[in-house]
Amino acid sequence: MYSRAYKAAVAIPPVLWVTVFLLGPYAILFCYSFWSVSPQQVIVHNWNIQNYLQLMRNPIYLTVLFRSMRIAATVTLLALVLGYPLAYYASFYAALRKDLLYQLVIIPLWASYLVRGYAWKTILGSDGVLNGFLQYLHITQRPVEFLLYSPFAVILTLTHIYTPFTFLPIYASLEHVPRNLVEASHDLGASSWSTFRRVILPLSLPGVLAGATFAFVLTLGDFLAPLLVGGPSGIMISNIVVSLFGAAYNWPLGAAISLCLLLLVVGMLFATEQLERKLTLS
Amino acid sequence: MSAPATQSSTKPTAPLPESLLSIRDVVKRFGKRSVLRGISLGVAPGEFLTILGESGSGKTTLLRLIAGFEQLDRGEIWIAGERLDPIPAFRRPVNTVFQSYALFPHLSVFDNVAYGLRARRTPKTEIPDRVRKALQMVKMSEFEQSAPARLSGGQQQRVALARALVNRPRVLLLDEPLSALDANLRRQMQTELKSLQREVGITFIFVTHDQEEAMALSDRIALLRAGLLEQVAGPREIYAQPSTAYAAQFIGQTNLLNAEVRDGIANAGGIVWRCFGPTGKTSFSLRPECIRLVVPGTPARAADVATARFRASIKNQTFGGPLDLLEIECGNSQVLRARIPNPGALTGEREFEFSANDAVQVRDGSEV
Repeated sequence: MYSRAYKAAVAIPPVLWVTVFLLGPYAILFCYSFWSVSPQQVIVHNWNIQNYLQLMRNPIYLTVLFRSMRIAATVTLLALVLGYPLAYYASFYAALRKDLLYQLVIIPLWASYLVRGYAWKTILGSDGVLNGFLQYLHITQRPVEFLLYSPFAVILTLTHIYTPFTFLPIYASLEHVPRNLVEASHDLGASSWSTFRRVILPLSLPGVLAGATFAFVLTLGDFLAPLLVGGPSGIMISNIVVSLFGAAYNWPLGAAISLCLLLLVVGMLFATEQLERKLTLS
Repeated sequence: MSAPATQSSTKPTAPLPESLLSIRDVVKRFGKRSVLRGISLGVAPGEFLTILGESGSGKTTLLRLIAGFEQLDRGEIWIAGERLDPIPAFRRPVNTVFQSYALFPHLSVFDNVAYGLRARRTPKTEIPDRVRKALQMVKMSEFEQSAPARLSGGQQQRVALARALVNRPRVLLLDEPLSALDANLRRQMQTELKSLQREVGITFIFVTHDQEEAMALSDRIALLRAGLLEQVAGPREIYAQPSTAYAAQFIGQTNLLNAEVRDGIANAGGIVWRCFGPTGKTSFSLRPECIRLVVPGTPARAADVATARFRASIKNQTFGGPLDLLEIECGNSQVLRARIPNPGALTGEREFEFSANDAVQVRDGSEV
């Protein structure tokens, strides 16, 4: 139907895109991860696996990686717990306010990430809005310190930022649940709760999975929230990568960590895709 | 508005004493639009009742009220001596076969059929047996483990039937269940549906817009028109004795004759026949197959008003196998349709007749 030349021409942009912005950089990153830095702070191209060994040996990297995964898992869970009821309400009960609610969830996404990060900083800080409020109510006598510069602050900020990312795919999957299935379920004797558990929830699982993947992957790679509100105890793995590529000037080690992170994420995406295929086919 | 209301109460649609389901003066509005305007109807146990009507007549709404998916604005629905309308859908002893089947896509055929039993907490040991029997009944046993998406429309239809019947409902509601099937499969399913209904003995309320389907399946037809019942009767009765012009035209083909009745004689533009009705203007329904071609030379019996005879010119003749469809024009430029067995090619003017008994007086029906 189409000529070979036409097909080739159409394929050029995506191939170029993938090569220049994905395969190329990853190839470079891959090479760097097997090089090393000389004492004179020069990157030398002698191939070795020292970076990967160091990753295993030095506990700091694994500790921070596990902390990052823990934070990502917590954020994912919280974002699902917040996002699902919101999406369920919007899809099934909001009726005319459906679009309004949808827009209200979307709007924060248009504000800069940094603005939202800073907003939390002013809310949680020792002379921030929350502490002022607590002292005004005499619930606390002096500023509560753990609010800011802690894993708690990082989790709170990231949950706020990534809840819309769970809301959207869940909402979309709920919108695709045929309403006559809900009627059929009632017709067959299932109460509202039972209908939710047996029909609505199973049919929205692909959305839940997609939302969870978004939240987990984006949180795992996040470095701005820890930078803004995390403090020393809230450091995440990406902060280490940033500092290795920056101040520490150890690109090879940074590249090795990045690749490990990348493999972890790709593995996760692959696993969820398998899971989703299983869910939708059964 | 008052005229139709009084009309509906005088119609022979009052709930029968032995009704299993009785619908009493039900009104349903959507916003300002009245979809049902006072429906009273009784359904006998084991009956196959069809609610027939055009789209927008309110037939699906009536079904949804019985199922519990809509709340009525006035009236009552009773089932076996119990008030049904305040009960939520999931506690009603009725089940629905949906127009689009509404099978659960994430469950196997077996789990779809078992759904109702599990939801109503039937003892676990009973479930496999009942599910398999239901699947056997609709000849779907071999598809027990299939996903609904892999089944054809007709097969999905059978599963939907099994899923509803397995719960042994007092009344089975069917919302145009055959409309998505192609013509051949549809006829086959009609036959199966009818024999299935006889087998299980459950009361069926079947909604359709297809009058042929209604006639083929039903014990009784409830003809619905713009939210009011036009006529409720058996298929043969409604065909032979339509009570209104609308019923006559909707169920089968007919000729409507506007006649003037005086002194026991009806006169429609020069065609005259005996009529015992009251004096005045009246409409008559005359089925096309009731018009006969007069063999030339047959003498007209003078003053025989039990048979109406008239001359008409052949306007159009369509060959139709055993019966030809003729369009004939008689005096007053009145065009009638007639079905005549094997007349051969006809031209010009011919003589036709029909029995006075076949011209059925009809009311003009409810105002819309």
